Amino acid sequence: MAEEKYETHEYDVIVIGAGGAGLRAAVEASAQGVKTALVCKSLLGKAHTVMAEGGIAAAMGNVYPEDNWKVHFRDTMRGGKLLNNWRMAQIHAQESPDRVLELEEWGALFDRTKDGLILQRDFGGHRYARLAHVGDRTGLEMIRTLQQHAVHKGIDVYMECNVQRLLTDAGRIAGAFGYWRESGKFILFKCKAVVLATGGGGKAWKVTSNSWEYTGDGVTLAADVGADLMDMEFMQFHPTGMVWPPSVRGILVTEGVRGDGGTLKNTKGERFMFNYIPEFFKAETAETEKEADAWYEDKKNRRTPDLLPRDEVARAINSEVKAGRGTEHGGVFLDIASRRPADYIQRRLPSMYHQFKELADVDITKDAMEVGPTCHYAMGGVRVDADTTAATVPGLFAAGEVAAGLHGANRLGGNSLSDLLVFGQRAGLYAAEYCKSLKGSLTVNNDQVNAFAREMLAPFESKGNENPYTIHADLQECMQDLVGIIRVESELKKALEIIQQLKQRTRNLKIEGNRQYNPGWHLALDLHSLLGFSEAATLAAIERKESRGGHTRDDYPNTDAKFAKVNVVVRKKNGQFALSQEPLPDMPDELKALLEEKK
Amino acid sequence: MAEQQVHMRLWRGDAKGGEFRDYRIAVGEGMVVLDVVHAIQAQQANDLAVRWNCKAGKCGSCSAEVNGKPRLMCMTRMNTFQPGETITISPMRAFPIIRDLVTDVSFNFQKAKEIPAFKPKPKEADGTRRMFQEDIDRVQEFHKCIECFLCQNVCHVIRDHDDNKPAFAGPRFFVRLASLEMHPLDSNDRMELIKQKAGLGYCNITKCCTEVCPEHIHITDNAIIPLKERVVDRYYDPVARLLGLFSTKNK
Repeated sequence: MAEEKYETHEYDVIVIGAGGAGLRAAVEASAQGVKTALVCKSLLGKAHTVMAEGGIAAAMGNVYPEDNWKVHFRDTMRGGKLLNNWRMAQIHAQESPDRVLELEEWGALFDRTKDGLILQRDFGGHRYARLAHVGDRTGLEMIRTLQQHAVHKGIDVYMECNVQRLLTDAGRIAGAFGYWRESGKFILFKCKAVVLATGGGGKAWKVTSNSWEYTGDGVTLAADVGADLMDMEFMQFHPTGMVWPPSVRGILVTEGVRGDGGTLKNTKGERFMFNYIPEFFKAETAETEKEADAWYEDKKNRRTPDLLPRDEVARAINSEVKAGRGTEHGGVFLDIASRRPADYIQRRLPSMYHQFKELADVDITKDAMEVGPTCHYAMGGVRVDADTTAATVPGLFAAGEVAAGLHGANRLGGNSLSDLLVFGQRAGLYAAEYCKSLKGSLTVNNDQVNAFAREMLAPFESKGNENPYTIHADLQECMQDLVGIIRVESELKKALEIIQQLKQRTRNLKIEGNRQYNPGWHLALDLHSLLGFSEAATLAAIERKESRGGHTRDDYPNTDAKFAKVNVVVRKKNGQFALSQEPLPDMPDELKALLEEKK
Repeated sequence: MAEQQVHMRLWRGDAKGGEFRDYRIAVGEGMVVLDVVHAIQAQQANDLAVRWNCKAGKCGSCSAEVNGKPRLMCMTRMNTFQPGETITISPMRAFPIIRDLVTDVSFNFQKAKEIPAFKPKPKEADGTRRMFQEDIDRVQEFHKCIECFLCQNVCHVIRDHDDNKPAFAGPRFFVRLASLEMHPLDSNDRMELIKQKAGLGYCNITKCCTEVCPEHIHITDNAIIPLKERVVDRYYDPVARLLGLFSTKNK
């Protein structure tokens, strides 16, 4: 192959991914005075954050003055089944109010309380109404505000540019290598630090709320340079995705529907969530419909079980459908029509109204929605230092969904947008500090770059006949059926075998057309990260022989005290994933005391 | 709706030229145009270039012209067409072609850079920022914009007149400008830009932009016309001009 002259740029910090975490990181790094670029797979403003609906969890106390970071910390830890990194949960709860107010300084317009402050809404697992929101399009407000702020700060943005490999020099980050989607030409970034803000890998599942971008890039980029991954067994299946018609299956229905009064019902009309209240949440959950309904107005009542953490609700729906009390399309009903006035529904949930009307011919102010679980969020990802977001490879940082730790075994709704802001800011700050303190110079190994370029072009030269879309569909089938909500060892092992076969098949890809804006080639390259993400998730799922949060084992249906004390860590050695169980960091007694408070 | 075959005509090509190509493909229940394009991509044309992200009308990536109408492909149901009808999809016309259904929309990102940033007023004495819902309702309407650029695509000022682009921001950015001008906390002054560089005067309120907005933002009535009124008040109203001699800001 003829050597290609690569377009090359030099920066201090490269931020990969332009959702909430990436934008916030780039804004911060740039403000710290280091040369920063933002690199993203789609156009600016289209990242997955734009789809977030419900809101940003932050204990501002605008609706319930008794709310504060300690309650938020406790809710987050309990929602995560205590497997969370306590320090991340503490930082997150303490800093999220400031990060929300900062968005307001940059032009965001949240819905207001009667006193003119930021209104906060109820969500699953949160003791108080805590989510700053804009109707049900909070993510759009957040991404647009950050995007416009970043643009006005003059940050360089490389749009539709896909980073495929990281480069290291003596174990430290030295650069990133990828391609322009438009031209297919390669691009080399020489840099001191990389912030991964690439989101998760939910596109490895068939029924998913995730877009094409969610191919596990950050996890694979990090693992390929030897960084630790953690908690990969925990995938969140959001309880309410659309189920009908088939073409929309998986599209998200915001938890805000339940936060604003909607309730889950089976085909017998029963509010079945009352039958699925686990011991762990019994003390804080309403036992009667009357108490549950009164909770919306008065928090002296206990919370409705409709708003148990997502893992509990998703499993309950799964069980109802299995027991034959689901709809003909394999879902249950989510009813707000009979519980709230039409104008309230339209005002609070405009995009849900629009989505069901346009895509399913359902008027949610008149009829119940049909919903079921959809793959939504990876709790696990790159293992990071709680304060600095530093990964285990020097110069590598990770924030947002791609990072592990904050959410433990299960994320609470609303804690993602706040995660993006809090740890995005920290990633930008500490990546900048790292650059400033870095001694000596970094060199990019040209032979390595050339080798990466050859790997990326290999699909064009293969003699095989495999269609990348078919391999992707086969992977989605495998993960959906064998590494889904309910798992069992034999199926997980079968999934591993299939993943190995799929890897083999990627050597025989056939790519139609040329390098210019070629989605077939792009998917062929993304298969590398999709398969890496899937393999790590499956291996970790085999290792954790218990049920906890977003990891439910049919063969180990209970929690196990032994596994309550460890994270499963996955790292690559000589090209193979290796597993270990590593103890959770010790929590200070004053924080432990917060967890033990009843209700 | 049982599974049936449809006849799709998709524009294939790049900046150098191209043509419509025919595809026949099975359509399942509830499918939208984007699903069909994806099915063609997976089964018949792996290299078919198309932008998309959310598939739920929230990101504004999959804009195209479906049977000549500017639409989001993800929000266009197949059952809105007559049985047997040929469905033709072409890229947005106002922007240069990159490949197939993907166009170069960098014009919009350039315009976004030219708009002076949000500049908040000082906080209140108690350190808060109080705004009332009724005062932000109209701005929240503008914030619904998903930047699909369909309004830019249909605007006759630039649709067939590339030469107007340097002097015209387009409906998307009039909405953006209106959202800043009407933001209760903003203190920046953009009237000169609105009148001059953004070229508001080119708009003769034919409402094409409003008609195609998938978010149903009243672009003309709520953004463009009030901006025009502000320009008139500032620059052409004799009373205001006289008063303007004594005040520094007209907002």
